[in-house]
Amino acid sequence: MQMLKCLILFIAAGLVLGACDSADVESPNAYASRYHAMRSEPTVLQGATVLTGTGERIDDADVAMQDGKILAVGKSLDTADMKVVDASGMWVTPGVIDVHSHLGVYPSPGVDAHSDGNEATDPNTAEVWAEHSVWPQDPGFVAALAGGVTSLQILPGSANLFGGRGVTLKNLPGRTVMDMKFPNAPYGLKMACGENPKRVYGSKARAPSTRMGNVAGYRSAWIAAEDYRKKTAAAENGQGEAPPRDLKLETLAGVLGGEILVHNHCYRADEMAVMFEIAKEFGYKITAFHHGVEAYKIADLLRENDTCAAIWADWYGFKMEAFDGIRENAAILDRADVCTVMHSDSDMGIQRLNQESAKVIGAAARVGIDIPPERAVRWFTANAAKALGISDVVGTLEAGKMADVTVWDGDPFSVYSKAQKVYIDGALAYDRNNQSVNPVTDFSLGTAAWHGGAQ
Amino acid sequence: MKLPSQFYGALLVAFATSASAQTTAITGATVHTVGPQGTLENATIIIDGGRITAVGSGLPVPANATRIDAGGKIITPGLFSPLGQIGLSEVGAVAGTNDATQRGEQFTAGFDVADAFNPRSIVVAISRIDGITRAGITPRAGRSGSEDGQSHVLSGMGSVVHLGDSPENFVKRGAVVIANFGETGSYVAGGSRAAAVQILRAALDDALDYRQNKSAHDRGAWHDYSISTADLDALQSVLNRDAALLFNVERASDISVVLGIAEEYRIRAIVAGGAEAWMVADHLAAANVPVILDGINNLPGDFDRINARLDSAKLLVDAGVTVAFGAAAQTHNARLLTQSAGIAVANGMTWDQALESITLAPASIYGIDSVVGSIEAGKEADLVVWSADPLELTSYPDQVYIQGIAISMQSRQTLLRDRYLNLDAAKPPAFRN
Repeated sequence: MQMLKCLILFIAAGLVLGACDSADVESPNAYASRYHAMRSEPTVLQGATVLTGTGERIDDADVAMQDGKILAVGKSLDTADMKVVDASGMWVTPGVIDVHSHLGVYPSPGVDAHSDGNEATDPNTAEVWAEHSVWPQDPGFVAALAGGVTSLQILPGSANLFGGRGVTLKNLPGRTVMDMKFPNAPYGLKMACGENPKRVYGSKARAPSTRMGNVAGYRSAWIAAEDYRKKTAAAENGQGEAPPRDLKLETLAGVLGGEILVHNHCYRADEMAVMFEIAKEFGYKITAFHHGVEAYKIADLLRENDTCAAIWADWYGFKMEAFDGIRENAAILDRADVCTVMHSDSDMGIQRLNQESAKVIGAAARVGIDIPPERAVRWFTANAAKALGISDVVGTLEAGKMADVTVWDGDPFSVYSKAQKVYIDGALAYDRNNQSVNPVTDFSLGTAAWHGGAQ
Repeated sequence: MKLPSQFYGALLVAFATSASAQTTAITGATVHTVGPQGTLENATIIIDGGRITAVGSGLPVPANATRIDAGGKIITPGLFSPLGQIGLSEVGAVAGTNDATQRGEQFTAGFDVADAFNPRSIVVAISRIDGITRAGITPRAGRSGSEDGQSHVLSGMGSVVHLGDSPENFVKRGAVVIANFGETGSYVAGGSRAAAVQILRAALDDALDYRQNKSAHDRGAWHDYSISTADLDALQSVLNRDAALLFNVERASDISVVLGIAEEYRIRAIVAGGAEAWMVADHLAAANVPVILDGINNLPGDFDRINARLDSAKLLVDAGVTVAFGAAAQTHNARLLTQSAGIAVANGMTWDQALESITLAPASIYGIDSVVGSIEAGKEADLVVWSADPLELTSYPDQVYIQGIAISMQSRQTLLRDRYLNLDAAKPPAFRN
């Protein structure tokens, strides 16, 4: 083991704040992405119905990919020196992005020894990072890939007010979590409202045991983070001593500095409104509410705050704060131009975010709201990329973006359609008709899933 | 404790509904009968007294009939949710609204959830407007680490209810007794699935012995049993095949044990869950044991489901096994039955088989396929009129009929929807009623 000669501080991977004591030592970029795209060849998907993720639908169109990037999207593209894949009858969308997954931290099989998603020992565990729990051999990654998923955010659970950092991954199963980290994606901070924190800690006879206790917990933490941030900034300007390094406060200060995005588990409309007040008090942005079963009651507030609502199609009734869930939630939000995201929070749901969206399309039609496929597809592509802070590089089929592309054998909102091919950075990562292409996790060796991929 | 013996009988209830005097004719529909008549175009369904009296193309409409033009829409039988707690669970995490688990061991097979059924549950209305007209309501085993605490390998009796408006909801009481094998069985039996098998055998042996020696037992002149008299009474209906023994079981080797027990005791067995049932499909078919399949779960959530796969339904049906869906789509999620069926079609099942798996198959598994499950003369008129292909998630019922009555298509969720559909309305939400 090599001794490190330098002290390095990170706020986000790749952002080095400290300095080495010796100029000739190369800084090991600890925890940084070691993702490498697989080898790809220039490829044109030809003659498909293309949903670009920008709200556009182009029939009988081609998608060209080169050097891991989208080269062009349009009709009758030049195919010289390109591998041509006949996609007639197929639908092509941006790769599916799930903003709320616990794959790897609550993997299959769900044995106690694998239960690594909730550090439920303190209501504020902003110091933990989900990536340090991710087990890359979770067979769920492969099943998600068969569902067209190319990127996903792995979050800590919701037991705590501050659950810790989430991490965005490329869904290319690797040996280590670093192999899968989405290059340069910002970190997320998982926060949780409502029943979970107050139940977990209230049952241990400690704070919080009420919703007002939850709020006091957030505010106290932000006060400490503000102080830490001020002292750190002052020290950088030569005023006073830098405070001792504190993992918890480092993450919270990262939110106040805008480098870390808040992903806030919150069900009830009135609670989301209170969370906006806290964000106002401390000057941070809530990037996305997750679950938001009552988001439809405050579509206007979400729009005003430019906060995404990452939701299920139809989960309701499993707990009191989910009592008012309705299937039209996403439809009402989308109609109000809220950044609407279909998320999974489930190793089953992540395999079919397209079908979850289809449920909303049906429910909306019942009340006369027409949601065409080119609009709904944004819920698990472009809008999800926005919520993860990676929309400049992925989430739509636009020239120059990562060639993360899912090819479906029909309208993705049909229950009968399946992902046929999945490209990640232009490389074929999954092919339903050629199992030799497909990854198999170590855990799945020797099982029925072995030969059948994610059968 | 003594309970009336008819409490445990497999009781078919006759219906006397307010619709009995009315005749209704639904015309111009594409009818998927799920019966011998197959799919009928431009068909007419005649309903009288809550029952279907005729179905066919070009039927004469009785002069006194109320005529409803289906306008070319699709009609299927009402959907049947075979497992779950509709009417037994209002809010999952609110203990007082949950009646499907009995802590401790006051009862085993004899715990009867039927008296807890609440036809006014919001879950009833939410489920039925999405096409669910019949439901199995089943007790659950207590699980490790939960508030449910310890329970027995046998967790009680399940019943079948209709979700319609007529006051007697029970179609068949005590239709099944639930046995828990696999990891749950291991937990409730003290740490080994082998012990769960032994406990079940002891209970069945006791029930056989009790049947032979009831009078001596009732006089107090007989030896003690492993379970109470109420539980022994409940098991009589299993032994005489009025009720089936429904096993929650996933692993192939455990399913093989189930088949052995079913043969030995000559009982009717049902496999529920059955992640690895496809591996013993031929044996299940030979033993005529049906499977209530999860249908969606393709991951090894635990070691009992290492070989779960999405095309299980096709493999089982091809082998001749009766398959229903519903192990994944339960209670609040019962309305996802169509998604399970649609996914099965995407993975090799035929469309007709898939529709049967959420209508006639569960009715047959519960032994009430002479009453419901298909659109045939003589059966109760549970019908769903669909906007489009019922297995597509973008489709929805336009109207649901239960026992011939057009139900209200309103639920607590439609009320919330309508209240918040337009945020810019003149009045605040609380005043929009």
